Amino acid sequence: MLIHALCFYLFAAILVASAVMVIAARNPVHSVLFLILGFFNAAGLFVLMGAEFLAMILVVVYVGAVAVLFLFVVMMLDVDFAALRSGFLRYLPIGGLIGLILLAELALIVGAWSFAPEAASASQLPIPDPSQISNTHALGLILYTDYVYAFQMSGLILLVAMVGAIVLTLREREGVRRQDVSRQINRTREQSIEVVKVPTRGGV
Amino acid sequence: MGTDGDVMEGHLSMLREYLPILLFLGIATGLSAIMVIASLIVARQHPDSEKLSAYECGFEAFEDARHKFDVRFYLVAILFIIFDLEVAFLFPWAVTLGEIGLFGFWSMVVFLGVLTIGFAYEWRKGALEWE
Repeated sequence: MLIHALCFYLFAAILVASAVMVIAARNPVHSVLFLILGFFNAAGLFVLMGAEFLAMILVVVYVGAVAVLFLFVVMMLDVDFAALRSGFLRYLPIGGLIGLILLAELALIVGAWSFAPEAASASQLPIPDPSQISNTHALGLILYTDYVYAFQMSGLILLVAMVGAIVLTLREREGVRRQDVSRQINRTREQSIEVVKVPTRGGV
Repeated sequence: MGTDGDVMEGHLSMLREYLPILLFLGIATGLSAIMVIASLIVARQHPDSEKLSAYECGFEAFEDARHKFDVRFYLVAILFIIFDLEVAFLFPWAVTLGEIGLFGFWSMVVFLGVLTIGFAYEWRKGALEWE
């Protein structure tokens, strides 16, 4: 039990610290590395809560894929950070104003916070015993039947993401020779070579 | 389903299985910290600007390591993430296939069908080709 509490405070402290470093680090590559550290610690917290499956998915999907994507973007940005920081004082008023508006909105939301009457009963639902049913199993029992709409919606969101990524980034390039196997095989001798009778001392 | 005490006990027994990972984590952190700190303490350090500059086979570094590269790498990465997520959804489904019945089976088939539409689209558009 003591180790459990110690682990929780360790993971939570590192998570918060790395989250602060994500926005405080000067080098964006360091920010992404701190983000990865944060993902790992969040996965540790999930394990402590008994949500093994979510922890592993967090590591596989976020660390394995999303963080790599972030690194791509950071590499592709190619911005001069000294030039970016030069207008700091000039943009401070409007940036600060937007920050204050967001803070006020957050305060309003938190101030008007109230729990739905159903929430208390929903949290009373029996938690399956981890020694009898595995995490993945418990998730699978409800995800595809009880939450079928949310499940199908996630499929549609993935479809939109796929189409959007293709539409935004795919460009036809001029003057690039694509490999077209059937056309290459179907070439005949007549199409490919031409025998030229060269007159003596005349050249082609 | 058990009482709260049983749930807590099962939870702790699951966490006990993660104890070796925690130990490995501690050993790895400690070992790497020892290596860094020991090299700071033991080794002689006389840094100068030449020693600290980037070394590239004797000549000056040509350019910054951070430069633009083709957006196609990005596209491949995004498409990878999408199918990665699709596979992540398959794991709980495969574990519980015997219990969720025909409805669960067909709900996954519809999900896969939707993503197959996207796959056909990306294939037809030539997003998978590398020219």
